Amino acid sequence: MADYNTMELMICSAARELEDGSSVGVGTGAPCAAAMLAQKAHSPSLVIFFEAGGAAPLIPEMPISVGDSRTTYKAVMASGMCEVMETACRGMLDYTFLGGAQIDMYGNLNSTRIGPDHQKPKVRFPGSGGANDFASFCWRMMVMTPQDSKRFTEKCQYITTPGWLTGGDSRAKSGLPLGAGPYKIITNMAVMDFEEESKRMRLIAVNPGYSEKDVQNNCGFELLKAKKIVENKPPTKHELTILREEIDPYRYVIGR
Amino acid sequence: MQVIDQGIGKIFTDPDADKAREFFRKKNRKLESKLMSVKEAVAKYVHDGDYLVLGGFGANRIPAAVAHEILRQGRKNMGFAGHTSTHDFQILCAGEVFNRCDAAYIVGLEARGLSPNARRYMESGKVEVSEWTNYSLSVRFKAAAAGVSYYPSRNIMGTDTFKYSGGKIVECPFTGTKYFANPALYPDVSAIHVHEADIYGNCRVRGITVSDFDVARASKHLIITCERLVTEEEIRRDPSFTVIPYWLVDAVCPVPYGSYPGNMYGEYFSDEEHLREWMKVEENPEAFKAFLDKNIYSSKDHFEYIEKNGGMHKMLKLREKEFLFLKARD
Repeated sequence: MADYNTMELMICSAARELEDGSSVGVGTGAPCAAAMLAQKAHSPSLVIFFEAGGAAPLIPEMPISVGDSRTTYKAVMASGMCEVMETACRGMLDYTFLGGAQIDMYGNLNSTRIGPDHQKPKVRFPGSGGANDFASFCWRMMVMTPQDSKRFTEKCQYITTPGWLTGGDSRAKSGLPLGAGPYKIITNMAVMDFEEESKRMRLIAVNPGYSEKDVQNNCGFELLKAKKIVENKPPTKHELTILREEIDPYRYVIGR
Repeated sequence: MQVIDQGIGKIFTDPDADKAREFFRKKNRKLESKLMSVKEAVAKYVHDGDYLVLGGFGANRIPAAVAHEILRQGRKNMGFAGHTSTHDFQILCAGEVFNRCDAAYIVGLEARGLSPNARRYMESGKVEVSEWTNYSLSVRFKAAAAGVSYYPSRNIMGTDTFKYSGGKIVECPFTGTKYFANPALYPDVSAIHVHEADIYGNCRVRGITVSDFDVARASKHLIITCERLVTEEEIRRDPSFTVIPYWLVDAVCPVPYGSYPGNMYGEYFSDEEHLREWMKVEENPEAFKAFLDKNIYSSKDHFEYIEKNGGMHKMLKLREKEFLFLKARD
């Protein structure tokens, strides 16, 4: 039996994507834990941005809001929304991590509503917040999410945040900055990327304990498959120690 | 300029820059004391039907005292910018204060979850909604602050967020690139909580400014609540700290712990226990009504609200938490 849980594995997988000297726009929860882990484990000069204005903090403990005091702890600057998003739009933010109630095969996200009537939705969610902005501007957008066939849906009921839109060159034609878009989807079961031409989601790695079939069975659309699907590397002892003892000692995120 | 596409959402405020200039031409520039109570400020500057903006970021540096007073005075049919709004949105929904909303971030309290009552209100059909993003609403304030009627951005295109917005897609006259044109948003009234202000309204803010630099400049009327009053001499001693100058401000209300139960940078952390209680009690509409009666409607002001929720002992604990004292982590 593995001595880690799937949330810990997801955070470690995500952290490994953030190389030293790169920059990332994050929210609270798991994405923040991933950025903190990267900074402490292998990317000491990772530049972390929060949409409310926190720029390059050395976060002491998990923030509860992307605008709370922890997001500017030992930061180089306490700025504002425009400064952060303009930095991203100028092309200086490499990564962002997002999530949503629904995701489709092109990585489009719904965090606005369920139900057809916009003025009287069945379920109202928060909406874009800064997600649409980060996804529009950051070079590589990643998603950390639990995987099931309801969330991974053929068609989002509402596209809050742009992925590759309808695939192919549709995003390039939309007016969004060229060359930016969804990069990897990290779930409790697998890691996906996007095929270069069609921009469709493609399975590239499965997590220990899951099969390719498990992943497809928990996805509401057909996944493309990479020529070689590897097994995702489990967390190292070093990563787990940092994560459990320094980043999330109260298990707010890794206890979920 | 050619319009390539446009959203179906309503624009709730007039983006016309010349009309705004006419208003600002008459705005008072006299250096005179604007000290008053929150009660007086809300009575004077917040009216039924007005379009309202609250500064800060949801439960960080929010003008909580003003939000409560708006409920006590029973304002209705307002417009509201659901911009980085969380606990502030929750308060206004409790009073059903607004009936039209520019939504960028609403009904949620970030990592704390979704507000059951705010969701009920937004799913009731009582509120007309246009969709934006946090940056787009920031940019709409920026346009107004700059005295122009729109501002271009490169987000939002290709999504339903665009479709339900009131913005348009236009072509750049220089490069042919598509841009999202964000209409300027001139709020009728805004309230911003700051660290320090003098009696004229010169303000200092520590920590992140979110969008408040532009909100202050975009607003026709501006209510300031502050942790502390400082002298004009102190402001003039080093003007590099001034974020909001006095000619933007209509009211200055000293409210120590004015962001409570929200966080105030370098002062006190958010009261997570009370915010959890608030979320929990919303599940039961009857219990929530009693909760609101106790905390808001029967409280004479913000200090009575604080006294009912732990008073100075609680405030000192939140100060310890803000400064990451080890014992405050539990």
